[in-house]
Amino acid sequence: MATKFFGTPVKRREDRRLLTGGSQYTDDLQLTGMVHAAIVRSPHAHARIRSVDVEAARSAPGVVAVFTGKDMEGVAGIPTAWLIPDSDLKTTDHPALARDRVRYVGDGVAVVLAEDRYQAEDAAQLVQVDYEILDAVADQVKAVEEGAPQVHDDAPGNRCFLFNTIQGGDLDQAFEDADDVLSFRTTNHRMIPSAIEPRGCVAQYNAASGELTLRMTSQNPHIHRLLLSIVLGVPEHKVRIVTPEIGGGFGSKIAVYADEAVMAFCAMQTGRTVKWVETRRENFQCTTHGRDHVTDVEAAYTNEGKILGLRFKTWANMGAYVSTAAPGVPTWLYGLMLSGVYDVPAVGLEVVGVFTHTTPVDACRGAGRPEATYLLERIVDLVAQRVGLDPVEIRRLNFIGKEKFPHAVAPGVIYDSGDYDAALDRLLEMVDYEAFRSEQAEAREQGRYLGIGLSTYVEICGLGPSSIVGSTGFQGGLWESSVVRVHPTGKVTVMTGANPHGQGEETTFAQVVGDVLGVDIDDVELVHGDTDLVPMGMGTYGSRATAVGGIAAFKAAQKVVEKASKIAAHQLEAREEDLEFEDGRFQVKGTDQGMSFQDVALQAYLAWNLPQGLEPGLEAQSFYDPSNFVFPFGAHACIVEVDAETGQTDIVRYVAVDDCGEVINPLIVDGQIHGGIAFGVAQALYEHAQYDESGQLLTGSMMDYAVPKPGQMPSFELDRTVTPSPVNPLGLKGIGEAGSIGSTAAVANAVADALSPFGIDHVEMPFTPQRVWQAIQQA
Amino acid sequence: MFPGEFEYHAPETIEEALDLLSRHGSDAKLLAGGHSLIPMMKLRLASSQHLVDLKNLKSSLSYIREENGDLAIGALTTHTEVEVSESLQQKAAPLAEAAGLIGDVQVRNMGTLGGSLAHADPAADQPAPALALEAQLVAQGPGGRRTIPADQFFFGFFATALQQDELLVEVRVAGLGANSGGAYLKVPHPASGYAVCGVAAVVETDGGGNCVKCRVGVTGISDGAYRATGVESALEGSAISADAIAAASAHATDGVEPLDDYFAGADYRRALAATYVKRALTTASERAGG
Amino acid sequence: MAQVSIEVRVNGSTYRKEVEPRLLLVHLLRDVLGLTGTHVGCDTSSCGACTVLLGGLAVKSCTLLAVQADGAEITTVEGLATNGDLHAVQEGFWEEHGLQCGFCTPGFLMATVQLLERNPDPGDAEIRHALEGNLCRCTGYQHIVNAVQNAAGKLREAAS
Repeated sequence: MATKFFGTPVKRREDRRLLTGGSQYTDDLQLTGMVHAAIVRSPHAHARIRSVDVEAARSAPGVVAVFTGKDMEGVAGIPTAWLIPDSDLKTTDHPALARDRVRYVGDGVAVVLAEDRYQAEDAAQLVQVDYEILDAVADQVKAVEEGAPQVHDDAPGNRCFLFNTIQGGDLDQAFEDADDVLSFRTTNHRMIPSAIEPRGCVAQYNAASGELTLRMTSQNPHIHRLLLSIVLGVPEHKVRIVTPEIGGGFGSKIAVYADEAVMAFCAMQTGRTVKWVETRRENFQCTTHGRDHVTDVEAAYTNEGKILGLRFKTWANMGAYVSTAAPGVPTWLYGLMLSGVYDVPAVGLEVVGVFTHTTPVDACRGAGRPEATYLLERIVDLVAQRVGLDPVEIRRLNFIGKEKFPHAVAPGVIYDSGDYDAALDRLLEMVDYEAFRSEQAEAREQGRYLGIGLSTYVEICGLGPSSIVGSTGFQGGLWESSVVRVHPTGKVTVMTGANPHGQGEETTFAQVVGDVLGVDIDDVELVHGDTDLVPMGMGTYGSRATAVGGIAAFKAAQKVVEKASKIAAHQLEAREEDLEFEDGRFQVKGTDQGMSFQDVALQAYLAWNLPQGLEPGLEAQSFYDPSNFVFPFGAHACIVEVDAETGQTDIVRYVAVDDCGEVINPLIVDGQIHGGIAFGVAQALYEHAQYDESGQLLTGSMMDYAVPKPGQMPSFELDRTVTPSPVNPLGLKGIGEAGSIGSTAAVANAVADALSPFGIDHVEMPFTPQRVWQAIQQA
Repeated sequence: MFPGEFEYHAPETIEEALDLLSRHGSDAKLLAGGHSLIPMMKLRLASSQHLVDLKNLKSSLSYIREENGDLAIGALTTHTEVEVSESLQQKAAPLAEAAGLIGDVQVRNMGTLGGSLAHADPAADQPAPALALEAQLVAQGPGGRRTIPADQFFFGFFATALQQDELLVEVRVAGLGANSGGAYLKVPHPASGYAVCGVAAVVETDGGGNCVKCRVGVTGISDGAYRATGVESALEGSAISADAIAAASAHATDGVEPLDDYFAGADYRRALAATYVKRALTTASERAGG
Repeated sequence: MAQVSIEVRVNGSTYRKEVEPRLLLVHLLRDVLGLTGTHVGCDTSSCGACTVLLGGLAVKSCTLLAVQADGAEITTVEGLATNGDLHAVQEGFWEEHGLQCGFCTPGFLMATVQLLERNPDPGDAEIRHALEGNLCRCTGYQHIVNAVQNAAGKLREAAS
């Protein structure tokens, strides 16, 4: 295949509409006869609902209808789709609107429909809910203590699950052989994904045909179709999910939420088209959060700095209900990464999933893998300090050597390819590590505290081989499908079940397909996000869209070329093996006889003269199910300066070398890395979803929860190494989450390094000025 | 997200505005730039039956004038106008510097100096320079105008000396002369941008390295902006040195009960205030020229 | 409540409307005038997705009442390009990959237009400071800074 577009920084084809206000997000939709919904939400973390009085709201100006949990009794509960086996998982009932108990601040109690959004809000304020306030618990360690307030009657001790499936190698032997053991407790604190576009939906129901259409903010429309069909009792083929332009997801638009089911219910009850878009406050209270682990770590190591075994016990806060993919995140996605880039012979993990009176927790950019990387990178730095090694040396000592790939790691997966030393070498060169160490020493003499933090990470992504994810309890396959449809004029429509929402696949998939078909990328249009147009799909998350969905498009395009070749050979009266296909032209080798791909397309549809038995038309579908996950990796370095008087941490430099295999579009890959790094840096420095003892979200708005601003982010210095994946024919790995997986730990290690003159070797995240200042005061 | 209902008024003159205030009393709220009020109305944390929009008074209450070495600033002058004013940068640097650190560009384009002072948010920036520059705040009411010194204007949490029927119309400051320097330094909250700690300092020297006058305004630390008089008296009359400044700064929170929240507890706020008083005094002294 | 009559000029067209006083400017633009390029991303004037130019000044249209804009000249993202030719700021964002999901982009574009009017040759730190009122979750801001520099160069070239 000639690669005219693959590897080039093509300007994004989706951008013109986004730059001119020509795109349509969910909130931009104005449909005839549309009414607007406002949801009445619980102000209490835990309460019994004594009564809900909707009379005043019902008679308020413009109000069309008001529904409560009792009205929705016939609607099934919100489901969970990752049923991790052997864990005694309690999914518990999750009604779309609460009936007798509310379990977190923001739990929906009633919904008001009115002719305009202001009226809906006015009327929502008139709904009188009589609550009997109950004790609440927000912290997962407290929630499992004896006598803690119970979230669900059918989940004793607030235990959602106990997961201990990931046990690799001989842990007891490792701890016996060790010279010493490092033990500490640390947290991966809670984050709010905070896509700038809030969630929303427009629900339409045609009672005559029985068709339900939901235009909604979704990362995975086909999954939403399946699950909402089950919840609402509408047959799957009568449900259509359309995703208009999506303003970012970061994991928060994967789950099936109560709200969309409520809107569908309202549309079905009233016959009116119903629009609901959450406010930012609702987004912070009701859209899933991420992370929130407390972990006890034990690391067995030798005096030489070799890590022999790692034992983890994690309490994962699940929130009040088990969100769609939630059980898989703090177990498989986290646990499989708990040896990282290191050759650790034995790894054991126990996870207690805990119900609390907080917003449900689910995937959030990185989903489990940043948590694992943070732990590992803290472990290697702390062990290095104890055995007197430099952070660079301990990494090199424990790396999985490049000659060992494919490599089975103790947690139970097989890494596809990697060259961790190469990434680290390039990083140290860019940073000029030795020069920094001298600068640091000089600065310390002047009372300035510089620190460098390294983070060498690997991630599991490109989810994933269906048979393996099935064995983890995921209730679906994780293949991806694509249709490549060539029109009679030779223009191409590519349908994908991936659902890009900022990742640029309208460009990168066109680059891939354009190369295969030999057509210009402007002649390739990507169609996604409509279950009536795209045959099937699993969506965009887990850094899978390109490594799985892109390969499906590639394979479908190859099938198109195979058929086109047959038609061309027939038309040219040549044998197929005598044809060569290059730059969009079928040529009979060694002659000037040939025809263009466009001519072949026309002939395929004219069908006047096709090979015997060949069907007319020119399109092909592929369902691609990868044989393994892919494992991108990289090495990051963060240099910080800490103001010892105020505790303020400033990033001086951020350097990253990432390896995502072959690169389709370097501009887009860099953009993904930047965004990922920012996400992880923000976790380390700024973002922290905090609850008080009564379960009130203290950081409930963008005035309190610090989504970083331009001036709070450093410039990023990037480079890459290229280690192709053997898993797929294009050598691709994923890149959407890599930055967020590597960066948090780099900042954490940098802060610890900066504070080492005070005798500090560890500070808990996030590194708010107060927390760092307190650490210095207590040192 | 969606404000509740109210009756809207857009008076053409100050007198009309005052008349509306008198008539509607506590049912009326003034709308200047709106960047404090409208967000609270959207979240339905604030409501009023009568909203009095001052936009038509802009032509009469938006100005920066020099009068006999004094600077007179109309209450509806925006933060952007204060930020870029050369005369304020030169003669009332803390005010211009604080203006440039408020919120963000969009907020500064709409928000006004008078609105900020009259709202008296404990984490607002401009109260600190107003205190350090010993601003005179001119209020107009039914009985005419009166002038309130800044240190008698702020009364803690969103409370000021303004009467219900009064409108803040002008802010006057004496321009900093020779041997004087001023500065405003701030720790912004990472999300809101409001001051976790904001310190405005003004230092006047005798030209020979001795401090003859020192004024320090502090915001963000307690339930209202305050003058750190303990710092002032500790430095006044001393030879300016790093040690003298550090010693004076230790009095940054004398007699003050600091706010205590999850982002910054009382102990931390005390430490921040001392550090930022020290830094602001250092910059102000350097600018005073010794 | 009584409706108020207002007149605004948006992207060169004049509109006269009767509005509720409580109607926010962003809802006038989006819901009444159908200019949905201006977005709403928060409740607290934090995210800047709703930024438009009001009388040439960048403002957050979610924090203004429509009645406050009576008589004003407003430019939204829909009014940036002329006759299909993109504004230099739009070109800059496109060339430097200064956007991903695009939701915050209109606000960044409008804030950047004002930034470059005030400061035609800004440094990176000045750009970051001038865009403090806009949040982007996708880009990490690096490509936005590059985009603004790109646009600044284009505008300087056009001016010389």
